[in-house]
Amino acid sequence: MTLRIAVCVKYVPDATGDRGFADDLTVDRDEVDGLLSELDEYAVEQALRISEEADDAEVTVLTVGPDDAKDALRKALSMGADKAVHVNDEAIHGSDVIGTSAVLAKALEKTGFDLVVCGMASTDGTMGVLPALLAERLDLPQATLLSEVSVEGGLVKGRRDGDAATEYLEAPLPAVVSVTDQSGEARYPSFKGIMAAKKKPVEELELDDLEIDEDEVGLAGSWTLVESADARPARTQGTIVTNEDGDGGKQLAAFLAAQKFI
Amino acid sequence: MAEILVLVDHADGAVRKPALELLTLARRLGEPSAVVLGAGEATDAVAATAAEYGAGTVYVADGAEFADLLVVPKVDALTQIAKEKGVAAVLVTSSGEGKEIAARVALRLGSGLITDAVELEAGAEGPVATQSVFAASYQVKSRVSHGVPVITVKPNSAAPEAAPAAGTVETVTVAFTGNAAKVVSRTARVSTGRPELTESAIVVSGGRGVGAAEGFEVVEKLADSLGAAVGASRAAVDAGWYPHSNQVGQTGKQVSPQLYVAAGISGAIQHRAGMQTSKTIVAVNKDPEAPIFDLVDYGVVGDLFEVLPQLTEEIGAR
Ligand SMILES: Cc1cc2nc3c(=O)[nH]c(=O)nc-3n(C[C@H](O)[C@H](O)[C@H](O)COP(=O)(O)OP(=O)(O)OC[C@H]3O[C@@H](n4cnc5c(N)ncnc54)[C@H](O)[C@@H]3O)c2cc1C
Ligand SMILES: Cc1cc2nc3c(=O)[nH]c(=O)nc-3n(C[C@H](O)[C@H](O)[C@H](O)COP(=O)(O)OP(=O)(O)OC[C@H]3O[C@@H](n4cnc5c(N)ncnc54)[C@H](O)[C@@H]3O)c2cc1C
Repeated sequence: MTLRIAVCVKYVPDATGDRGFADDLTVDRDEVDGLLSELDEYAVEQALRISEEADDAEVTVLTVGPDDAKDALRKALSMGADKAVHVNDEAIHGSDVIGTSAVLAKALEKTGFDLVVCGMASTDGTMGVLPALLAERLDLPQATLLSEVSVEGGLVKGRRDGDAATEYLEAPLPAVVSVTDQSGEARYPSFKGIMAAKKKPVEELELDDLEIDEDEVGLAGSWTLVESADARPARTQGTIVTNEDGDGGKQLAAFLAAQKFI
Repeated sequence: MAEILVLVDHADGAVRKPALELLTLARRLGEPSAVVLGAGEATDAVAATAAEYGAGTVYVADGAEFADLLVVPKVDALTQIAKEKGVAAVLVTSSGEGKEIAARVALRLGSGLITDAVELEAGAEGPVATQSVFAASYQVKSRVSHGVPVITVKPNSAAPEAAPAAGTVETVTVAFTGNAAKVVSRTARVSTGRPELTESAIVVSGGRGVGAAEGFEVVEKLADSLGAAVGASRAAVDAGWYPHSNQVGQTGKQVSPQLYVAAGISGAIQHRAGMQTSKTIVAVNKDPEAPIFDLVDYGVVGDLFEVLPQLTEEIGAR
């Protein structure tokens, strides 16, 4: 039996660019280059490692995003994923997380899977909740925020480092997992991988293919409303002193005392 | 008055500080009720603290499920209570688990979800949340436009204020549902005796400039002289010098203390994402061009191994 692994990846604006908002208060995608969310590289990596351990496995990467989101899929394919699914529909623009999760859940059902692997959070929305929402919608166990993950005998196992404790989790397949940036360095695509990726299949889906109504998604279908988005005034540089005279610690102490910290 | 449901996070039998902040914020929106789940023998004490901070009613449910199964039992309980009582909003702490719980509750209630609020105010059409986004370079105000607002709030978003209320305890029998991962074992984090990173008023962090695990001694000594928590950059964590639980940044903890001291940290965007909203920022770095200096209220260009010990000594002498 082939182990079918589906990896959800997001196409995001480069975090090192000057990110901002468009007039409709959605993410401005024109000003900053987009890329595969760096945190989703860890998801692709773990999916590939699990597939390499399995007798027979197939890794499919899925994204919900605009035309350029294909770049994110290509990157994942060049890392070694087998095929890709791109859900792309103008009506999805502006969806909140509830809407996005509805689309992704339907796309996963259509694709078929035994294991869904997600990143810990996107680098733009950074909510870290989509995997939990997929589990809820698909009625599957969630084993999320794992820093260590493996599949053995029909079970997914992993380590979750929480706020107050470290937990070892276990769930039968099918299941939804998310992995952190502690789970293991992601591989770089090889030249061979990049060439091979060009020939791998990318399936294109629209809302109609998923039997989703337009009014369930997009800005109109959102259950949240952004009222305003304002650039924070940049922090202004305060006083900079040097330790040339060997009294930097004393000067800093004087500042902290003046601010009543000591 | 509108009933505002607050999930009270607890550890080691005590209410965690962010829950007191939630109860304080909830009073701006209506009348807070607390939900205390899986607290075992500590239930009464946790409920009493919730009452002290304004909970008129404390809904209590206990059972092995809360510890043995991941996330879902808490979702079951919170959803059930929210539905039965017809509450006006649900507030949860923005932790990894808190956000996952909130998301599933929102979906079950047919409600919108807002995560990582840093400020919460009553508005004509329901609570208005402020989020600090894109590594704290933007402030976004948003609200839930469908269903019962479910909002997660970051630690340190408000100063907890006591406001004693009745705290009438109501025991709830939860109908557990769902397909959950099993928690096969749990090891509680050993306390260092220092304040919690996300809750502390002062944080002192070390980065790659600290050079080695042993180098963190100067960081810890300064932290202890200030009663501060210790943080670390990802470079220091990846090098194995300090535990991941102390990482500050996008993929670590997001802190917003009164004072943040960055020692031997360059100030990469992903690090800033975790500390940029601190009230006062201080940096010590050898390189006058380090981007961290763009953010500081006070910066010392110099070797941290000279500056930090001298500062610690000065504090000790005061
Ligand atoms: C600054 C900002 C703040 C926002 N705040 C809110 C809010 O409070 N409430 C709200 O409802 N919406 C919010 N949104 C919208 C929300 O980010 C999007 O709906 C998004 O599609 C899902 O949330 P996320 O990116 O935070 O995902 P996360 O929950 O952080 O993503 C976790 C994982 O899910 C997978 N994933 C996420 N998105 C996709 C995708 N499009 N395709 C494939 N896989 C995916 C990836 O594996 C990812 O690592 C916000 C967006 C931005 C930019
Ligand atoms: C998806 C993603 C997520 C990430 N998440 C995080 C995160 O959560 N947190 C995080 O911190 N990073 C994160 N990073 C990494 C981030 O990009 C930087 O690589 C990291 O923050 C660098 O750490 P640093 O400042 O300690 O090291 P460096 O950038 O190497 O800086 C070291 C600094 O120390 C100074 N220095 C050296 N010696 C001394 C001395 N003796 N005295 C004084 N100063 C000295 C140097 O001048 C230099 O400025 C993430 C990256 C990615 C791609």
